[in-house]
Amino acid sequence: MKTRSTIIVTVYIVFLMLPIYWLLNMSFKTTNEILGTFSLWPVEFTLENYIKIFTDPTWYNGYINSLAYVSLNTVLSVSVALPAAYAFSRYRFLGDKHLFFWLLTNRMAPPAVFALPFFQLYSAIDLFDTHIAVALSHCLFNIPLAVWILEGFMSGIPKELDETAYIDGHSFWRFFLKIFVPTISAGIGVTAFFCFMFSWVEMLLAKSLTAVAAKPIAATMTRTASTAGYELGLLAAAGALTIIPGAIVIYFVRNYIAKGFALGRV
Amino acid sequence: MSLELRDVSRTVDSSAHIHPTSITLIPGGFNILLGPTLAGKTSLMRLMAGLDKPTSGQIFFAGEDVTGIAVQKRKVAMVYQQFVNYPSMTVFQNIASPLRLNGESKVAVKKRVDQIAEILKLGPLLDRLPSELSGGQQQRTALARALAKDASLVLLDEPLANLDYKLREELREELPRLFEDSGATVVYATTEPGEALLLSGHTAALNEGRITQFGPTHTVFRDPNDLLTATIFSDPPLNLANARKEAGGFQLGFTSWPVGYYSDLPDGDYQVGFRPHHLQLQSNDNAALPITGEVLITEISGSESFVHLGLGKHRWVAQMHGIYQWDPGQKIDMFLNSAHLLVFDSTGNRIRSTHG
Repeated sequence: MKTRSTIIVTVYIVFLMLPIYWLLNMSFKTTNEILGTFSLWPVEFTLENYIKIFTDPTWYNGYINSLAYVSLNTVLSVSVALPAAYAFSRYRFLGDKHLFFWLLTNRMAPPAVFALPFFQLYSAIDLFDTHIAVALSHCLFNIPLAVWILEGFMSGIPKELDETAYIDGHSFWRFFLKIFVPTISAGIGVTAFFCFMFSWVEMLLAKSLTAVAAKPIAATMTRTASTAGYELGLLAAAGALTIIPGAIVIYFVRNYIAKGFALGRV
Repeated sequence: MSLELRDVSRTVDSSAHIHPTSITLIPGGFNILLGPTLAGKTSLMRLMAGLDKPTSGQIFFAGEDVTGIAVQKRKVAMVYQQFVNYPSMTVFQNIASPLRLNGESKVAVKKRVDQIAEILKLGPLLDRLPSELSGGQQQRTALARALAKDASLVLLDEPLANLDYKLREELREELPRLFEDSGATVVYATTEPGEALLLSGHTAALNEGRITQFGPTHTVFRDPNDLLTATIFSDPPLNLANARKEAGGFQLGFTSWPVGYYSDLPDGDYQVGFRPHHLQLQSNDNAALPITGEVLITEISGSESFVHLGLGKHRWVAQMHGIYQWDPGQKIDMFLNSAHLLVFDSTGNRIRSTHG
């Protein structure tokens, strides 16, 4: 029994890791080796691909641009969602339940639907090809998500905590920032992770709303061929580097991630 | 400094949580709100604290109308049944929180926190987070914070209900002493008549959003105004029967009693009741009323026995010292001192005997 489960787990992990291994494998090969031969590990091991990415501004700027708008979006989404989620968790008002559900339905439309209106709008007000343009457009799906996750975490905190703080003499904002926010810090971390992740992997809006100055890494990577021909090794290296920020962020919230997937309702 | 509620009511979604109520709390004393769950104890407390606004009526504090004043501006402290502390702060920071908001100096805050921590035996725990404390310690922290604020009105909403038996007894003994020196008016909500008697002070009996009686705890217990108050303030429940007074005495259907102290009552229908601990095995008095019942079940709790008796269609409980074990179906004779009999008219108002 024990050996059987070990085998199943091993096979599962092998299949799971295979594409990632293959990406890493390719990133250390030359394009000729990738196209010419089938090898399970790099025969002509090279760091050329990585060196190119870290020295060529058209490549590393992609990362800087992506990180810039993703961070901006995460900060925006979380700070807007905090008071909104608090309102949904603590107050009853006309249509509160419908509004709360409507937030989630925003996620049901594919971003492509909004690409054209965003493009036209941002061009008209001179926001096209800026980091803030992409960050704002990603708020479309990230703020509702953030509100939902945060509301779940906040509803787990008894209302008596708020009242105790008021009785002790804290003003609302003092209570909110000094007591409430630290209390749900795990929830804020998880929310930030999800915002980061969804903004990081979104390509369509990011690509349509930028040209040169704020071009994201995902757009750079769609350039499969250049004047030098196919550069598959380079693309693989770029792909491998793209995984890293997510891996770093997930490390910090690893203990709370399941609760985040359940929108804070475990 | 006293708190006065004048015709205060609260209605939520067209259901009345508190019916128009007037009460003036005893300043500097223990005011107990006694009543079953949903009697409105918490609703009334929230009005006193200023957490909820009354639908009608006014609230006066030290003679000043505070009806619309924000809770932050009142000198109130509150402790909940759940252990509410600031989870991200240490015990020290928790206790210091109201002091810091008062703008006291660092040295003064430290001195006061240490002093309070000493009283509440939290001294060695000051650097811990609330989640690292036991339930009793968490509630002590909440009490310490309430004490630190030095509020003139302290509201305790069933503060011991979530604690285990031993801790509850321990804290219950300490509580009156804790707030005695501060001169604060304390309001204490509880569902247990026994707790109210132990804490003494004054008691307001509550039922369905109404105060049925307010007075010194022992008076309310011994001398209830009406059937409702007597029922609220009785655990195990009051023994009751419908009785018809005729020339010969009270006719209870299964037995008849001499009218005793109530001889001047006009003939008619009444309700008679008495508390379970007044049933005794021996009669030491000529006025004792004999009761013969069939044992239904005997419960033994520590050094006491609760004997459930069937008398006709009635079920009564006798609470007796000592361990008694009777078999179900056995007939036993008991006696009730007629001085302990409570007589109510058909609407539930208590009828006082000329005896007093």
